[in-house]
Amino acid sequence: MSLRWVLGRTGLWFSIFLIVSPAILFFLWMLSLSVKFEVDNAAYPPVFIPEHFAWQNYTDVLASNRFLTYFKNSLLVTGTATGLAMLVGVPAGYGIARMAARKSAVVILIARITPGLSYLIPLFLLFQWLGLLGTLWPQIIIHLVVTVPIVIWIMIGYFETTPLELEEAALIDGATRWQVFRHVALPIARPGLAVAFILAVIFSWNNFVFGIVLAGRETRTLPVAVYNMISFDQLSWGPLAAAALIVSFPVLLLTIFAQRQIVAGLTAGAVKGG
Amino acid sequence: MTALPHASSRSAEASAAPEREWRPPSYWPFVIPALVVVLAVIVFPWAFTIWMSLNEWKVGAPTTFVGVANYIRLPNDPRFVEAVEHTLVYTALSVLLPLVLGTFAAVVFHANFRGRGVLRAIFIMPMMATPVAIALVWTMMFHPQLGVLNYLLSLVGLPPQLWVFHPATVIPSLVLVETWQWTPLVMLIVLGGIAAIPTEPYESAQIDGASLWQMFRYITLPLVMPFLFIAAMIRMIDAVKSFDIIFAITQGGPGSASETVNLYLYSVAFTYYDLGYGSAIAVMLFLLIVALAALLLHLRQRALWTEIGGGA
Repeated sequence: MSLRWVLGRTGLWFSIFLIVSPAILFFLWMLSLSVKFEVDNAAYPPVFIPEHFAWQNYTDVLASNRFLTYFKNSLLVTGTATGLAMLVGVPAGYGIARMAARKSAVVILIARITPGLSYLIPLFLLFQWLGLLGTLWPQIIIHLVVTVPIVIWIMIGYFETTPLELEEAALIDGATRWQVFRHVALPIARPGLAVAFILAVIFSWNNFVFGIVLAGRETRTLPVAVYNMISFDQLSWGPLAAAALIVSFPVLLLTIFAQRQIVAGLTAGAVKGG
Repeated sequence: MTALPHASSRSAEASAAPEREWRPPSYWPFVIPALVVVLAVIVFPWAFTIWMSLNEWKVGAPTTFVGVANYIRLPNDPRFVEAVEHTLVYTALSVLLPLVLGTFAAVVFHANFRGRGVLRAIFIMPMMATPVAIALVWTMMFHPQLGVLNYLLSLVGLPPQLWVFHPATVIPSLVLVETWQWTPLVMLIVLGGIAAIPTEPYESAQIDGASLWQMFRYITLPLVMPFLFIAAMIRMIDAVKSFDIIFAITQGGPGSASETVNLYLYSVAFTYYDLGYGSAIAVMLFLLIVALAALLLHLRQRALWTEIGGGA
């Protein structure tokens, strides 16, 4: 407990405070904005904890029937795009890992660095031509651009590290490749499945650029719906902040409870969609 | 597992390297569904974009092949040239600031302290939260009269700013949001690097009486260089592609002061519906990222030559 130790600890906690406070203060302020009446949100100096809480900011947002539609749209788009990506991406990651065809991952790399807008021009024309605009399908399909590369990339990494011996033993015992995949490789790679699933869900849920072009009035996902709120009631900050919080709430919850998986996935591939 | 004597020459030809084991083509069924999807949503759009960029293609008008005319139009389009400049400034700042802050954060998070897990979860929340929702709250915070940022400035005696509402401060303000959002990713990558460093060098440095800064400068920094490089690469790609934050906060404004190439691409393609020209911009945007990646690789190569042995 020397002086040097105390100084070191103080410096450490001061550094921790410096680093973490922007995030904490931001989210606290977001929460504060969302539970205040207009009077408090327009007050100067700003009010942090109001005398009267405006819980109706939340009930107003949730009660508007459009919001439920948009919530359902978001669930459907993210759910289907992630489900399909797992369905095709997990076996693909396995196949690529076993064929040692790492070069094929170049396509994933190209997908990773291509700006999302670049996909929109051709796919927009394609969906128009197919008459799909106005349904959720264009968004589900284009979200695959985000989810499929994440799933494949992460699964390649996982299957490359799982032991081959078990699989070879099963093959010698007469199992088919599909059985080996289903009963040997897949159970071992379960942590990888969780990582791929969580990251795909988050990046699909957060996606904005695809919706802004492809979504119609009835097919908006939550991020697009929130963006449209800005232009319509610019002056009522309370409900806006409440809506922003509701949209990010599922993702923030995932971040807290699946932190380990998220960190593992982001540092392994650092694949972000969009 | 060499080929059996009675195996026909047909199968010997089919497998180019018979002595290689466990590489039969039967893994293809696993890959084919994904291949179809990738062809449909990634390869096809790319091929189509390149083809469209060679055409004059406006929605509602007939299409005509114009060769490279769209590309020739680009350098003579002042709005495009300006957008490239904005993108470069925005990208440079959005790589450097998170890199410096993220490295600092990684060093701090490498230390042992109570509540590290929870604090790390909070620290990475900005990059996981829905960008549009984040942008919305930042817009409120940037508000010149009612925003909390000008209040915070007044507390330390600084004059109020116009933030995203003034052409001179709009890009730095947006970089502030980008840095706040993406420093955690740099932290995670660098933290992975620091965790892989053995403890011996630090122990002997401590015995020799090295200061914390010296240990960081001469042990940590050279050893995490490869990770910093990866972080810089990822940050560069994402900064050039940045769309949600800029679009939701300023839409490229005021005027076109924060219009990056990606935002200009959006306007050309989906406001003016000039799809041919938009496709040419999309191709150039991709090439811009590739060029910057090559530049980073070149810088890394040079750094390796100058500090031989340093880095990895």
